[in-house]
Amino acid sequence: MRWILVSAMVIATVAGDLLQSHEMKRAGEQSVSAKGLARLLHTIAQRRLLILGIACNAVSFFSFMALVQTEPLSFAVPASSASFVLETALAKFVLHERLGARRTAGALAVLAGVVLVGG
Amino acid sequence: MKNLPQHSGAVLKTYSILLFFLALKAAGNSAMAWGMKQIPERMSMNPALYLRAMLNPFVALGVAALILALLTRMALFSLADLSFVLPVTAVGYVIAVFIGKVFLQETVSGQRWLGTLLIFAGAALVGSTSENTTSVTRKARDEPQ
Repeated sequence: MRWILVSAMVIATVAGDLLQSHEMKRAGEQSVSAKGLARLLHTIAQRRLLILGIACNAVSFFSFMALVQTEPLSFAVPASSASFVLETALAKFVLHERLGARRTAGALAVLAGVVLVGG
Repeated sequence: MKNLPQHSGAVLKTYSILLFFLALKAAGNSAMAWGMKQIPERMSMNPALYLRAMLNPFVALGVAALILALLTRMALFSLADLSFVLPVTAVGYVIAVFIGKVFLQETVSGQRWLGTLLIFAGAALVGSTSENTTSVTRKARDEPQ
């Protein structure tokens, strides 16, 4: 069950991150002052893909809630880093990007780390 | 500095928001983990269970801190590249394991510490290879509203 929850969390995180990063770059600079947060909420309301990204984050969030109920925090948070492995695999097999040695080494280090954390 | 706004005021703003994000994430994760372990019912696909769990004050605090962390991270994305944000926020994995051990009295084996450090190093390496897209941010910022 722990790996099902980790998988749900990771897939939703990757989708949410991609959508948010893409949309926030288009929205321009934001701040975290009271006025800035109000502007940020206004930006969110205007961008459907950003709302979809946040919905993905919600799925990830509920998976995390279920995970920390039964698993230690010292497992749940590092295990969520498997998103780096998925992002790298997506870049290679879906976007047909050429992966450099550093990126491949980084993704393999994360994968090895997740295996060690889960072992 | 690569992938960061060049003038010192913007750099200071970016690092202030980064520290705020890491603090919120750490506080939110620990409150959430502490609160969720007090909930007797096991979570399932039923959304009502999650909403009921949020009535626990620690879970509610965790949810609030993590939502604020999410908004803060979005603000961070607008200031700096993903290739900067991903590696620097990867330190959060190490912080989470530290919190688990010190504050939640979890047993953290040497293998788990090693795994976490590998994840930190790997995430930093992956993040440092991403494309620089700052020009998109700058273009959006410079466009008239």
